[in-house]
Amino acid sequence: MSVAEQLENSGQPEKAVERKSKVIGKDITVHYGEKQALFDVNLAIPEHQVTALIGPSGCGKSTFLRCINRMNDVIDGCRVGGELTVDGVDIYRSNIDVVELRARVGMVFQKPNPFPKSIYDNIAYGPRIHGQASGRGEMDEVVETSLRRAGLWDEAKDRLEEPGTSLSGGQQQRLCIARAIAVNPDVILMDEPCSALDPIATARIEELIDELRERFTIVIVTHSMQQAARVSQRTAFFHLGVLVDEGETDQIFTNPKDERTQDYITGRFG
Amino acid sequence: MSERTKQRYAAERRFRLYGLAAIGAAVLVLATLVTSIGIVGMPAFFQTYIKLDVTVDAADVESGRFRQLTFDAVYAFHPEVTDRREKKRLRGIVSSGADREIRLAVADDPSLIGTTFPIWVRSSDDIDIFIKGQVSRDLPQEDRRVKDNEIAWVDGLVEQGRVETRFNFSFFSTGDSREPEQAGIWGAVVGSFFTLCVALAVSFPLGVLAAIYLEEYAPQNRWTDLIEVNINNLAAVPSIVFGLLGLAMFLNFFGMPRSAPVVGGMVLALMTLPTIIIATRAALKAVPPSIREAALGIGASELQVVTHHVVPLAMPGILTGTIIGMAQALGETAPLLMIGMVAFIVDIPQGIFDPSTVLPVQIYIWADSPERAFVAKTSAAILVLLTFLVCMNAIAVMLRKRFERRW
Ligand SMILES: Nc1ncnc2c1ncn2[C@@H]1O[C@H](COP(=O)(O)OP(=O)(O)O)[C@@H](O)[C@H]1O
Ligand SMILES: [Mg+2]
Repeated sequence: MSVAEQLENSGQPEKAVERKSKVIGKDITVHYGEKQALFDVNLAIPEHQVTALIGPSGCGKSTFLRCINRMNDVIDGCRVGGELTVDGVDIYRSNIDVVELRARVGMVFQKPNPFPKSIYDNIAYGPRIHGQASGRGEMDEVVETSLRRAGLWDEAKDRLEEPGTSLSGGQQQRLCIARAIAVNPDVILMDEPCSALDPIATARIEELIDELRERFTIVIVTHSMQQAARVSQRTAFFHLGVLVDEGETDQIFTNPKDERTQDYITGRFG
Repeated sequence: MSERTKQRYAAERRFRLYGLAAIGAAVLVLATLVTSIGIVGMPAFFQTYIKLDVTVDAADVESGRFRQLTFDAVYAFHPEVTDRREKKRLRGIVSSGADREIRLAVADDPSLIGTTFPIWVRSSDDIDIFIKGQVSRDLPQEDRRVKDNEIAWVDGLVEQGRVETRFNFSFFSTGDSREPEQAGIWGAVVGSFFTLCVALAVSFPLGVLAAIYLEEYAPQNRWTDLIEVNINNLAAVPSIVFGLLGLAMFLNFFGMPRSAPVVGGMVLALMTLPTIIIATRAALKAVPPSIREAALGIGASELQVVTHHVVPLAMPGILTGTIIGMAQALGETAPLLMIGMVAFIVDIPQGIFDPSTVLPVQIYIWADSPERAFVAKTSAAILVLLTFLVCMNAIAVMLRKRFERRW
């Protein structure tokens, strides 16, 4: 199936609606030591949509994603310039607490990384450290809701005390998604969440992403253009640290403005 | 098969053979060592007892004449011996601590007062060795400590069924003594225990906190590099240097008590610190970054990441390193000699401020004693020390096996 066909089938026009931007990056630059990884990136991420970041490997997709929840802070020698706002608040300049920011901007990583604890504790950990649930009953509820939203409840409800690492890869990744949504964030960042999964597990996650869009704003990094076409409403194409092209997903795939985008989506480099 | 393939196979076989030979040599040496220590030390776990018939009356108890009572009971075997020198030899059959055993028996059971009762007391070390067959009768008299008449007396006692060899329980329950038949290792075991407790209490928190800081918080710069190099160097410093440091600092400067576990423990803690720091850092490093990212990603603070995730996951490694460090400390002698833990101490230490000795130093003291019976005691003490060391290492291995990579 070609990318264009998939877009036909997905049948989600949604163009007309003018959406509020949840995250806005203005002139974002990132240096790792001497090396510059991002050059003046300007990107707005609309609320309740899935925005896909695509581009060849090493182009700075993950770097940009990690700017949004300040995960770059923990890397020695990483400097972020420009202005990045979440809900209009500059997360680098204003004295916003990084712990609170990460509770509002959750993250799912490339390799499923559940804690080596029980399934229950994996999900309860976030609400517990943020003091979001008091008492066992409330916590049980949070765990159930999160697992339900992540589509894992039916598989996991009888084995909540088993270690999270005993699940299959796809289930682990959904557990990580459940863990991220348990703290009730506004934005969920996903860095190639399916790259370690088989096609069936991938399909389940993609379905899930589509459902989650109702409640959350989602930014997903993917190296698969098919995936970008299937799950996202907006797509941003990065190349060598520069945001080359950005817009409605079907427009990017059918009618790219930039020649490099065209080359990339037609598979001439990648 | 081609010539090259054959050559390759031959080379692989040869290489395996060298490896086997190396392992075989190591095992052989170890086995020889342990068996020889075992053979030499085994007699120390047994002790010869002699049955005396003692008459105790109230006046004796009043004046505490138990020594004389013991002598009288031994003289009674051979009334014909009258020469002073000979009598001294005769009463030397039983241990000089025999009167104490009689006193204790009477104190235990006052109904014995006024009666003549049989009691088993320890033989002297020379007789003990003779009974255990370690003295040859064929040697000329002047070459052995047990003379002909003593042999005759003992043979007579054996015939009467008054001689018995029993398991030497008191070896595990008494402190040191000048008399080999009364010497035990319990004092040294307790001393070692207190010393290790102090060493652990000082080095574990210091080492783990230092390692966590260096691994999780310290910026990568020249200072931390310098500290890292120095910690590694510290691990290579000869242990006696730590003893000198302890002598100069703890004893001479701070005026802490000599021969006390508290000082010994602190000296050993200095010595163990680098081991614990290095092992802890390795264990922290082995925790996958994905776990840290996961925790940070849902908004755990740095402290929460460390205390909730990284340290618990690293704990088996930290404990393994700590136990190995403690095992090293348990076997350490030199630094403790410097701070006076080599003193002759009879009493079992009651706390970390009491003068005491430790197992390896006890071995050193006994090995240095002229009495022949201490040879077996020395090996027996080595066996006990080895048992403790093997147990500690086994626990370390078990911990490592049990908690191996759970992610
Ligand atoms: N921790 C880091 N330290 C130094 N350079 C890094 C680090 N992470 C990423 N980079 C560099 O930044 C550039 C962008 O990386 P990344 O954002 O991971 O690319 P992508 O996710 O698009 O494959 C790459 O050239 C990479 O080498
Ligand atoms: Mg990446």
